[in-house]
Amino acid sequence: MSKEYDVEQLLHFYQQMFRIRAFEEKTNELYQRAIMPGLAHLYIGEEAVAVGVCEALRKDDYITSTHRGHGHCLAKGASFDRMFAELLGKHPGYCHGKGGSMHIADPDSGNLGANAIVGGSAGIATGAALSMKMQGLDRVVVCFFGEGALNEGLVYESMNMAQLWKLPVIYCCENNLYNEYTPYQETTAGTFLGRPAAFGMNAVEVDGQDVLAVYEAAGQVIERARKGEGPSFLLCNTYRFYGHHVGDIDRSYYRSKEEELYWMTERDPLKLLANWMLDRKLTDSNVFTQIENEIRAEVEAAVQFAINAPYPPKEEVDQHVYA
Amino acid sequence: MSTPNAVREITFGQAVNEAIAEEMRRDPRVFMIGEDIAEAGTTFKVLKGLVEEFGKERIIDSPIAEAGITGIGVGAAMTGMRPIVDIMFGDFITLAMDQLVNQAAKIHYMSGGKWSVPMVVRTTLGATRRSAAQHSQSLHAWLCHIPGLKVIAPSTPYDAKGLLKSAIRDNSPVVTFEDKMMFQLKGPVPEGEYTIPLGVADIKRVGKDITLVGTSSMVHVALEAAKILAEIGIEAEVVDPRTLKPLDTETLINSAKKTSRAIVIDEGHLSYGVTAEIASIIADGAFYYLDAPVKRLGAMDVPIPFSPALEDLTVPTPAQVVEMAKTLCGRV
Repeated sequence: MSKEYDVEQLLHFYQQMFRIRAFEEKTNELYQRAIMPGLAHLYIGEEAVAVGVCEALRKDDYITSTHRGHGHCLAKGASFDRMFAELLGKHPGYCHGKGGSMHIADPDSGNLGANAIVGGSAGIATGAALSMKMQGLDRVVVCFFGEGALNEGLVYESMNMAQLWKLPVIYCCENNLYNEYTPYQETTAGTFLGRPAAFGMNAVEVDGQDVLAVYEAAGQVIERARKGEGPSFLLCNTYRFYGHHVGDIDRSYYRSKEEELYWMTERDPLKLLANWMLDRKLTDSNVFTQIENEIRAEVEAAVQFAINAPYPPKEEVDQHVYA
Repeated sequence: MSTPNAVREITFGQAVNEAIAEEMRRDPRVFMIGEDIAEAGTTFKVLKGLVEEFGKERIIDSPIAEAGITGIGVGAAMTGMRPIVDIMFGDFITLAMDQLVNQAAKIHYMSGGKWSVPMVVRTTLGATRRSAAQHSQSLHAWLCHIPGLKVIAPSTPYDAKGLLKSAIRDNSPVVTFEDKMMFQLKGPVPEGEYTIPLGVADIKRVGKDITLVGTSSMVHVALEAAKILAEIGIEAEVVDPRTLKPLDTETLINSAKKTSRAIVIDEGHLSYGVTAEIASIIADGAFYYLDAPVKRLGAMDVPIPFSPALEDLTVPTPAQVVEMAKTLCGRV
């Protein structure tokens, strides 16, 4: 840890990560109780990436997100109630219920939108970065994607132009080891960092379970981009604790229970931060319990709000086809 | 200084160039990105001179990366710019389909109206340039099928300028298809400001005996056919939808009601195409007024062949229109 942190900031990181954890646990429950239509792709296990990166961003910076996007949206400033409302297809949801879990978008928090096409937002993020440069604005764009997107052509078309034109965009690759149900080793030739290296792009690899490491690495590449020094590739090594989506229960054919248990017990980003703070006697465990209780209460209230909220009226179906 | 709105004869290509230049002068948010669009002025030289006036920052020469530049257009459009993405050949739009169909078309709707994508994609259609199967297609129907996209297909220099200016000012993604065989076509175009609203058809020739609906360069095939038909006493009305999405169904139906017969001519493949859509709309809307089934002419359902001897067989001709019209009018 090269940086000095005050306790409040560290607890804020914990709080932000727990917000995602609690939201996702509730989402899983809503699926299991058949309250939520469709599916969702849980971010549990990867919280340190979204929080570490988004804490290093300004409110007016932009992100693009993925099908596994709840964590990014929350970390960038989305609220529980409108998120849950969107997941339930209700009118007060961020997209009036027309987007759902995979398409949450929110201009107020700089969220250009979650995208259900793997790698599909690489062009959008890069275009937003070009737009910032053309308008003389010093905002930075972070493009989140999983390692599965590393075999999509659009990602490289976009990275090439970003590097050519020194655009303020960060390609944040969340390597959770699995392209859906397939280990990345079966799909990905060469090395991850060989890809940005081919474009001469600045690249940083970081432990994606360590929120402080992510925060520091993200801070460096974001400030570099903000100063006009060009894009970076930020590789965050992480792990998806649960399945590809909420219905992916039997995972034995692609990974072992032991592996999952190891990550859940030894490599949980929340436990890692809490233990780091406790080891240094920066706080005591009651503080974490209190944070968790407060957030769980907030989640309950938000879910009730979403359950009680109305569905979109029929007239909504053909609204917003054209601007 | 010339008189405002003085009308000159300029080419289709010049009209396109003029529309872009005027909009770029008017609105600093407008910029272009595409392959060989700066000094080269595109492979068709239509954009010549723009980089000299607006610089390489606003006329951006891109890598050969159709998906990438279309995606960049989407992101730039969402965040305050008004990009025009140039896709050199309509055939290459296949490479950008995800960005058009899954991204540009859906972002406004999926976000509940929060984000919008004021972007123009400029590309081509049309065969008979002896360019074979991957540089000759007319794929506009693909995009007309997608809610969220608007599609225009101008047939004259006047329409090209007025429609493109409206497209650039539109807050939704608009794809404009220009027939690459028409860039040298001359016609009267006012200098300076005028626009043509999207979704309004134009009657290019008034007639009473049969309606010929033509799109893009097929308007000229229809007009040529009308001239021949007039010689044998058949007065054809030529209707140009100009905008394929949204489509001015009222003008199409009213013309068919008046003439009782209709042929729809488009250069896309006949199956599942623009002609089928328009014919169905006319058949439905003018059913009780029709004296004959609505007929269609489109590109043959084959890949466009290279050999001139074969290629010319694949696209509708005035002679085919004339024969079909004579049959419909009982003049065989």
